[in-house]
Amino acid sequence: MPEKQHPANDHPPVDVVGRSLPRCDAADKALGNTKYAEDYFLPGMLYGKVLRSEHAAAKILSIDTRNAEKLSGVRAVMTAKDVPHNETITRFGQTHTVGGFEGLYRILADKKVRFMGEGVALVAADTPAIAEEAARLIRVDYQPLPGVFDPFEALKRGAHRVGEESSNLVCYYKVRQGDITEGFAASDVIVKNTYRVPFQEHAYIEPEAGLAWIDDDGVINIQVCTQVIEHYREIADVLGLSYNKVRVKGTWIGGGFGGKEDITVETYLALLTWKTKRPVKMAYSREESIICHGKRHPYIMTYKTGATREGKLMALEAKLVSDAGAYVYLSPWVLLYSTVGAAGPYKIPHVKIDARTVLTNNTFSSAFRGFGVPQVCFAYESQMDELAERLHLSPLELRRRNYLRKGEATATGYVLEHYAASPEAAEKALEALGEKTKSKSPAVKIGRGIGSSMTSYGRMVFLHDTSRSYVGMELDGSVTVRCGVQDLGGGQASSLAQIAAEILGVSMADTRVFIADTALTPIAGTTTATRQLYMSGNATSMAAKEVRKNLLDKAGEILGAEPGDLDLRDGIISVMNDPSRSVPLNTVVRACASSGISLFHIAQFNAPARELVDFKKGQGQVFPDFTFGTHAAEVAVDVETGKIDVLKLAACFDVGKAINPQAVEGQLEGGTIQGMGYALLEDVILDKGITLTPSFSEYLIPTSLDAVDVRCILIESGDGIGPFGAKGVGEPSLVSAAPALANAVRDAIGAGIPDLPLTRNAS
Amino acid sequence: MTTYPVRFLLNGTPVEVDVAAQDTLLETLRNKLWATEVKNGCGKGDCGCCAVLLDGRAVNSCLTLAVQANGKEVVTVKGLGNEDDPHPLQESFIRKGAIQCGFCTAGMIVSAKSLLDENPRPSPDEIREAVSGNLCRCTGYKKIIEAISDAAPKCSPSD
Repeated sequence: MPEKQHPANDHPPVDVVGRSLPRCDAADKALGNTKYAEDYFLPGMLYGKVLRSEHAAAKILSIDTRNAEKLSGVRAVMTAKDVPHNETITRFGQTHTVGGFEGLYRILADKKVRFMGEGVALVAADTPAIAEEAARLIRVDYQPLPGVFDPFEALKRGAHRVGEESSNLVCYYKVRQGDITEGFAASDVIVKNTYRVPFQEHAYIEPEAGLAWIDDDGVINIQVCTQVIEHYREIADVLGLSYNKVRVKGTWIGGGFGGKEDITVETYLALLTWKTKRPVKMAYSREESIICHGKRHPYIMTYKTGATREGKLMALEAKLVSDAGAYVYLSPWVLLYSTVGAAGPYKIPHVKIDARTVLTNNTFSSAFRGFGVPQVCFAYESQMDELAERLHLSPLELRRRNYLRKGEATATGYVLEHYAASPEAAEKALEALGEKTKSKSPAVKIGRGIGSSMTSYGRMVFLHDTSRSYVGMELDGSVTVRCGVQDLGGGQASSLAQIAAEILGVSMADTRVFIADTALTPIAGTTTATRQLYMSGNATSMAAKEVRKNLLDKAGEILGAEPGDLDLRDGIISVMNDPSRSVPLNTVVRACASSGISLFHIAQFNAPARELVDFKKGQGQVFPDFTFGTHAAEVAVDVETGKIDVLKLAACFDVGKAINPQAVEGQLEGGTIQGMGYALLEDVILDKGITLTPSFSEYLIPTSLDAVDVRCILIESGDGIGPFGAKGVGEPSLVSAAPALANAVRDAIGAGIPDLPLTRNAS
Repeated sequence: MTTYPVRFLLNGTPVEVDVAAQDTLLETLRNKLWATEVKNGCGKGDCGCCAVLLDGRAVNSCLTLAVQANGKEVVTVKGLGNEDDPHPLQESFIRKGAIQCGFCTAGMIVSAKSLLDENPRPSPDEIREAVSGNLCRCTGYKKIIEAISDAAPKCSPSD
């Protein structure tokens, strides 16, 4: 366990934090009261529709919109020429400019289309049926181009150029640590394999939707399910408006997992409402959603790992190539996460990583829970089990001998400043599987496997990330939090309520959180990168503590006691050693109000800020901290049919401090099953850029019959850098599930499968 | 376009609405009767989040024509309970943390209600089977199965 608690943890939780209280958004969701993006209507609203390319690669020779415009009930038809600034640079809510990471964002295809499903024209009409008919009446003359669909092909000289740049290579990062030749020379055993992982679809149950209108002040309002309300700046750029003329109001999101991090319907809605001056609604169909939004990147990864006879890792060399698809979007960032994470949670003296991401005419790839880390984790953890077998060590023992501990340096030379729970997590995860299941048939082999990971929480430190939160005490003693968090369904809002309630000594029921409104809530950054509990949790905690201080100072005056001797809980402030001396919180609030003492505070939390690491060598700090954990799996494989049954799954993670243990378990359970889908089922199949799996009858995600009950073990080291010593778990919960399952299958059948999903080869 | 008047009970209240022959019950509930608690996740019967009770049995409202509801009783999640008197399934989903994004919840609770009406004490495997047409991408299903198990003894068919 860690020697000391994180210094930020100066307020030991008492009543609210650390308890499995129902989330503040749960009741309305259970009762059917919660409105989602598609549930809003305005009088006189129009329906927007996007005409999408049926080709993956083609020149646009001409677009004829006349017949569509003539159709009764059509109010606007727009193509690239009607968009004031059709090309913009997307910065993803980033306030600190760094080179090389900004991706081109093109609102509508211009002169050529780069992927199937790319938006070509927009329509707004009186009804959805008219909008659809109008889109059908738009004539686009395409000249098909050969296109390129494989990243290695795309890198060849003379390959079809996906974009306008001279090469399809988006970027190339390197890590150089030690001397790789020396490392392999010192190794007694070397294993080398090439791994392939597929596109993965987010499959949030709520398709993208939104509603836009122009308000009395001439401000364009967009109500939308998004993980990033701060896209309001890019939307303003597209229209050529100042930033205070666009407002984005985030709705409760029906799942995102990174797929609602990029702009979806927002710019289309803004353009159509700006053109028609009418409210416009747009909702994607499931097919449209699957075809047009970014996916998890497919990777081809060649790994060479060397160890001594004693099981000491000496060298790791990895060559990563990812398929960025047709536009850059977040590919350079995702690749950076892969590059930094490529060596895993292990101490390895000699490391050489070469990572490239390449444009193709496939659907573009972008953010997905884990952000480039699940891919490399599958590879490095598969390598570990093959090494263990060659060294006649158990997979757990080999890992134990190599796990990074606090104070040791990662492959990128960052010395871990906080507790690294890997050994403890691995033992506990494996133990949670209990007694090994016995096979009932000679054809059915039982196998077990583990996968360990270190996954960052919080954004890259060179982005100089910030979050802001307002905490105020109302005159009746209730608490108001205003914070621009987007709530994906992970409990982002509720955890802030729990933190504020704890610090201000009130109940969850007396705490209300207003979220996700660029006009009314302090900007809190993206709900991505497992950052909201860390960032906005800290900001809310800071703001609440300021209010608490004012309340205790005033109560001290009233009670004739030192503020430091006072306790605030259950709406009462009392003297710690003499609870008979107390005053109701309400009374103190009123006393503050009448004597001009502030009852609110807006705090800004700044993450540690560092300079950009040079990725010619890749040495330096990239992330604020990491979450460590292990998945364990038990499977039954029928060696005659190749059928894989998942029998048991366990997840053990150091969560720092569980603000709400039930909600944390929910993250671990959901992330693990999503990772199980990645391992066994999920595969977006493209044939020359054409999506062959555009619905849930072709793209299969785990159902209740596929899932097993995930056994969750929470380690609470208190050594995270979030509020109360918390770490983030949203993304880590998925990362190592697939390799745990792959290693279990390896254990069962005695051979490793280098491709996901595993069924591809096994069936 | 020819329309037909359709009458049915929606959560106990008689409603009358003009629909086209091809209008689905889902579109009609959401866009004409403002029952937006019924969700549209795929429109093809793959995800189950549009499930409602039609004369007591769970159906995907996206695969049901509005005219098929004529003369029948339609119950959505809002018809099962409210703030003052929540259904035991609703209470249990809240208490057990079976809700994350909540988009599948309305359909999930409706499917669970349909199951419990037929089988008041289902085993966890029977629950898994009964809600296998309701996709959830957030929870991994564990807490949903627990919530339904937990609610079962507290439910009566009249709930």
